[in-house]
Amino acid sequence: MPRRTRVPMREQNPEDRIKNFDEVALGYSEDEALLEADRCLNCPKPRCIEGCPVGIDIPAFISLIKERKYREAYRKIKERDSLPAITGRVCPQENQCEKTCVLARTGEPVAIGRLERFVADYCVEDIQEIKKDPPNGKRIAVVGSGPAGLTVSADLAKLGYSVTLFEALHLPGGVLTYGIPDFRLPKDIIKREFDYVRALGVEFIPNVVVGKTILLDELLKDYGAVFIGSGAGAPVFLNVPGENLLGIYSANEFLSRINLMRAHRFPEYDTPLRIGKKVLVVGGGNVAMDSARVSRRLGADVTILYRRSREELPARLEEIKRAEEEGINFVFLATPLAFSGNNGWVDTVECQEMELGEPDESGRRSPIPKKGSTFTLKVDTVIIAIGNRPNPIIAKTTQGLEIGRHGEIIVDPITGKTSKVGVFAGGDIVSGSATVIEAMGAGRRSAMAMHKYLTTKVW
Amino acid sequence: MYKIVDKKRLSDNVVQMVIEAPLIAKSIKPGQFIIIMVYEKGERIPLTVVTSDKEKGLITIVFQEVGKTTKLLGKKEIGEELYAVMGPNGNPFPIKYYGNIVLVAGGVGVAEVVPIAKALKEVGNYITTIVGARTKDLLFFTDVLGSISNKLYITTDDGTYGIKGLVTLPLKELLDNTHIDMVLAVGPTIMMRAVSDLTRGYNVKTYVSLNPIMIDGTGMCGGCRVTVDGKTKFVCVDGPEFDGHLVNFDELMMRQKTYIEQERLALKLLEEKNA
Repeated sequence: MPRRTRVPMREQNPEDRIKNFDEVALGYSEDEALLEADRCLNCPKPRCIEGCPVGIDIPAFISLIKERKYREAYRKIKERDSLPAITGRVCPQENQCEKTCVLARTGEPVAIGRLERFVADYCVEDIQEIKKDPPNGKRIAVVGSGPAGLTVSADLAKLGYSVTLFEALHLPGGVLTYGIPDFRLPKDIIKREFDYVRALGVEFIPNVVVGKTILLDELLKDYGAVFIGSGAGAPVFLNVPGENLLGIYSANEFLSRINLMRAHRFPEYDTPLRIGKKVLVVGGGNVAMDSARVSRRLGADVTILYRRSREELPARLEEIKRAEEEGINFVFLATPLAFSGNNGWVDTVECQEMELGEPDESGRRSPIPKKGSTFTLKVDTVIIAIGNRPNPIIAKTTQGLEIGRHGEIIVDPITGKTSKVGVFAGGDIVSGSATVIEAMGAGRRSAMAMHKYLTTKVW
Repeated sequence: MYKIVDKKRLSDNVVQMVIEAPLIAKSIKPGQFIIIMVYEKGERIPLTVVTSDKEKGLITIVFQEVGKTTKLLGKKEIGEELYAVMGPNGNPFPIKYYGNIVLVAGGVGVAEVVPIAKALKEVGNYITTIVGARTKDLLFFTDVLGSISNKLYITTDDGTYGIKGLVTLPLKELLDNTHIDMVLAVGPTIMMRAVSDLTRGYNVKTYVSLNPIMIDGTGMCGGCRVTVDGKTKFVCVDGPEFDGHLVNFDELMMRQKTYIEQERLALKLLEEKNA
């Protein structure tokens, strides 16, 4: 019988890591990886693969680790996942492959994500032999260089397509770059995975806003098919009084200033950020944890305010645990009613206490205001991390594209086909804020459907 | 990419540059703006495009050297390249026949108003333009606007040129004595507020072109949010032009000052470095 518990992964100590932006989780050594790989039973009917949105042959790559064939293990993962160093770090494995691992019934599941990361990091020095089909002369446009767009680009480039990847910002990566902090996903990891996509022959064009710089219909004239992966870049606010006071940021703005513009290194970098001593983060997802942990690293005393209880926190357990270790406070069952300030700067949040009622559409118990129970918090900075809507630009400037209630592009869930011939979409622009791997899964399915469409010419 | 092919100084601290940006040259419309980064570690700032040449793939920008970023930009010479130029962003100004229009421009708003004025003129509007500056030396493009406009007023705060006083002085006279169908004010926020406050009493439709702090320019960060008619709007995707009678200017002016201390520090460090 394998050990019930997984091999722990080394981490930076909380007291050290709150003083830097270096990666918190340090990864497995070869010995640790071998030890953990040994726990995999190599089930005849593996359930873990079903749990993986891109269907990586998990037992196969773990068996290759056991044989110390790391390069082969890497290739095995890459058959299904173009960005393993990224997914090995940011996938919510506990809700996916590891959730369905047979060992989870009696103990801890195999640490699949950590093993994936080990393999991806181990193979970093090797210049991979890039295998791709000969050019087929067909052109594809991909809009947005986040996880969905990178996956589509890589998959179709490998099949011999000439792929042009458009990005609105000055750097590639989308939410990987502007959203996820360095301590969770270092920038050199994104660069490495992006370099791989470039090495496949993908042409990258930054600073182009499709829907503004070039219209989608113009792309359709020059390219055989277009994939839209423009992401969930439209922050949701609370819509309560005082929300536009100084010192109140959307998580997108706060994190972009740091992750994309490097404001924590002002004045070496020109983009500034003002953050006070007491920071309140509103929300309970991974973005809220990221905002809180960035604030902590900038020296603040941080509180997370969440309208449900600890149990319903949508963030990954690992991130909640790390936030707690880093000294972040939590106030549950409360939501802001209004902000007020002094000289234009926020200094007080009036909060409504909540209690949990019946489960809502999401299956979670819905928060309802507790009558007459309010309290106030003193703050210097507030970060609103309650979600994002799909970016509206393409929807606004394109005719004939079916759009849903929240601005999402409506697609066929299997193929990613939109209502417009030749146009596919996937990732957060379709689903609203979801995970990196789900966006990659959608990208992968669309790439296959685009290949089929361009081969058969049948829509 | 983004090579500077021409540069000239329009006044002591206002610079005009022609930049290679073929995709933007092809797509930009009056009222829209671009976002630039001077170098890799630079800020992203919104700027105005005065003219574009589709055939040659060139855009002409005009900016005032006020902070570190615009000063660094002003130091760039012909032949050098900018790190990033992105756009067009925002919505085009609604070009149509309004009738009797008054354009009020100050600061670099004078440049921003040029393409809108041209387009409005082309569709048959009667255009009166009021240009305001603190002093004569800061005036530029008065000839350009003079040739587009049916009538041009110039004001200087100190009376060194044209009418002595603020832009609201001739505007009030026009409002009192003529029928005006629409006013567009482009320039410093305080000027746009003054214009909006004045025209409100006359119930004349007034557009303003807002210039808050921005980062991405695609609606992603929400840093540029303003309150218009009690609702939060993002200037980068919902604007930049709004009904001046509905804009909460106090909030906008406050938000524009968010980083004033850091801006001063960055400028001081730059000046020390250059000294």
